[in-house]
Amino acid sequence: MSRIQESVIIRTVVRIMVPFIQLFALYVIMHGASGPGGGFQGGVIFGAAIILYAMIYGIAEGKKKMSDALDKILASTGLTIFAATGLACIVCGGMFLQYHAVPLLPDPAKVSRYLIDLVEIGIGITVLAVMISLFFDISPPESEPEEAEE
Amino acid sequence: MIWILDITMLFFLVVCAIAAISIKDLLSAIIILSAYSLIMAIVWVEMHSVDVGFTEAAVGAGITTVLFIATLARTEGRSED
Repeated sequence: MSRIQESVIIRTVVRIMVPFIQLFALYVIMHGASGPGGGFQGGVIFGAAIILYAMIYGIAEGKKKMSDALDKILASTGLTIFAATGLACIVCGGMFLQYHAVPLLPDPAKVSRYLIDLVEIGIGITVLAVMISLFFDISPPESEPEEAEE
Repeated sequence: MIWILDITMLFFLVVCAIAAISIKDLLSAIIILSAYSLIMAIVWVEMHSVDVGFTEAAVGAGITTVLFIATLARTEGRSED
């Protein structure tokens, strides 16, 4: 427990900020097709929120929220969503990720919009899991003084 | 567009880059690199490349700094050369 981690101001601010950062990350992921942002950026922001939590409340507490097993499951789930969407387009007679080939709805433009969102969600899940596991793997065991970033 | 802002930002960019490679204390170098990333993000947005600026701010100034500091906590913190 370093001095930064004991500070009640930082602990309270982090506890209040983390849900809003996660909400912003979801916004960035869902608006990736129509505006700036996308799966990668949203996933990085979501991962940064959990990394921030783990930095202030301790690695052990962070691992309680985001265990290594959950990390692995999320990383492979996102990749599976991405690959399955792409392969579904091939199965339906298009090219890889050629969305409007999928006869899900009568309007091809709408199918394309929904599938782009699905792909972005898959990318976001993978990126957030990989970012968090990178941090957990690199970070020192415990009770090392660390800077509060972000 | 706003060329005074451009010139100022690029000047700070060069200053940050030179400071980051010439400073001895590695923690200071990491923080300067983070400032470099932030200025670079502003430059990207100024060049109407919002997507790249977004990525630069999130990855360059956010995650990379955290990972560097976490790595630094396991090592010595001084540069030999």
